Amino acid sequence: MSPAGPVRALGALVLRSLRGLGRFALFTASVLRAGSRPPLRLRRLVGEIYDAGVLSLLIVCVSGFAVGMVLGLQGHNTLSRFGAEESLGAVVGLSLIRELGPVLTSLLVAGRAGSAMAAEIAAMGVTEQLDGLRMMSVDPLDFVVAPKAFGMIVAMPLLSTLFVVFGILGGWTVGVALLGGDPGSYLSTLEQAVAFREDVVGGILKGVVFGLLVGFVATFRGYTARTTTAGVSAAATSTVVIASVATLIFDYFITALWGY
Amino acid sequence: MRESPARELWVGLFVLAGLAALAWLSFSVGGVESLRAGGLQLTATFDEIGGLKKRAQVVISGVRVGQVKSIDLSDDFRARVTLDVDAALALPADTSASILTSGVLGDQYIALEPGGDPETLHSGEQISFTQSAVILERLIGKLIQNLGSGSKE
Repeated sequence: MSPAGPVRALGALVLRSLRGLGRFALFTASVLRAGSRPPLRLRRLVGEIYDAGVLSLLIVCVSGFAVGMVLGLQGHNTLSRFGAEESLGAVVGLSLIRELGPVLTSLLVAGRAGSAMAAEIAAMGVTEQLDGLRMMSVDPLDFVVAPKAFGMIVAMPLLSTLFVVFGILGGWTVGVALLGGDPGSYLSTLEQAVAFREDVVGGILKGVVFGLLVGFVATFRGYTARTTTAGVSAAATSTVVIASVATLIFDYFITALWGY
Repeated sequence: MRESPARELWVGLFVLAGLAALAWLSFSVGGVESLRAGGLQLTATFDEIGGLKKRAQVVISGVRVGQVKSIDLSDDFRARVTLDVDAALALPADTSASILTSGVLGDQYIALEPGGDPETLHSGEQISFTQSAVILERLIGKLIQNLGSGSKE
């Protein structure tokens, strides 16, 4: 291999990534355009909210409760060393509302609903259903892709809010009901520490952005998958990987820009 | 393609549950004040408020009765704290307010101590008797000064 080989490989990698990003941006723009034109497919949207939201409800609520219980236990053990157990509500609530709620929900939903979404669209490609739609002059972006992506954007902030509430309940169960903390100060330190604009609105904003990320990554990977059985599984796998990494990277930037 | 009514019902319940959770986080935990029924607005000026923050608790005998609504500087450069207290309370006019700290690392809060005046405080009035926050550094400084002057005698 010539000395310029590795440099050229790096250049090829950068160009490939940029080309992929460009294709993703064009795909996103055309889905937004197709989805915002009438007829608005509200019934299909309801179906997609059911698939992405209602079917993910159990895993999200159980995970939220479990994470809250762990936070309650760890927080109680650490805070009691400094005689500050009464701050438990603030510790549990702030970490859930600001970070853990939106981020963990996004990771869970990417694994549970995002992969299924990508696999479904990719399988429609394999079985030539997308071509069938085009033959009937129905735009698959409008009929299949847009309701899925929009359904995810609606479902994610709601799921992340429910994750937070179940987490606060889990923290209360361990910190107050099991370890005998003061129930009044759990709630009052929580209320005192959480600010509406910085914390609640910031958390919801993260939910919306992560819903957008997972929804569009899943539909993009499904729509552009190779029309083979291996292509279907690759679309599902890469959706989870890309959506999870993108969630963590975007989380940092939203946190930095929102001014915590 | 028609959605089945059961699915629609589930989606409706899911959206309602999500919105209820959001409402609880916003109004109860996040404390959106503009939509809350107004309580008794009282002001109190202090020479020193230490680390007192907006939304800190206001308590009477340890029971929470309100929160700090705003903190600003008065014309004579003292800290003016506006309290939002439960409107049902009939506080005597000679009620006093002190800034205390909960625990060693805890947050600062305002404790009200009702006096014996038959007149009561109304919204917009000022609490005349206040006790500022104790600043630990000043206290230790005074102690060292006193110990120093004591050993010379």
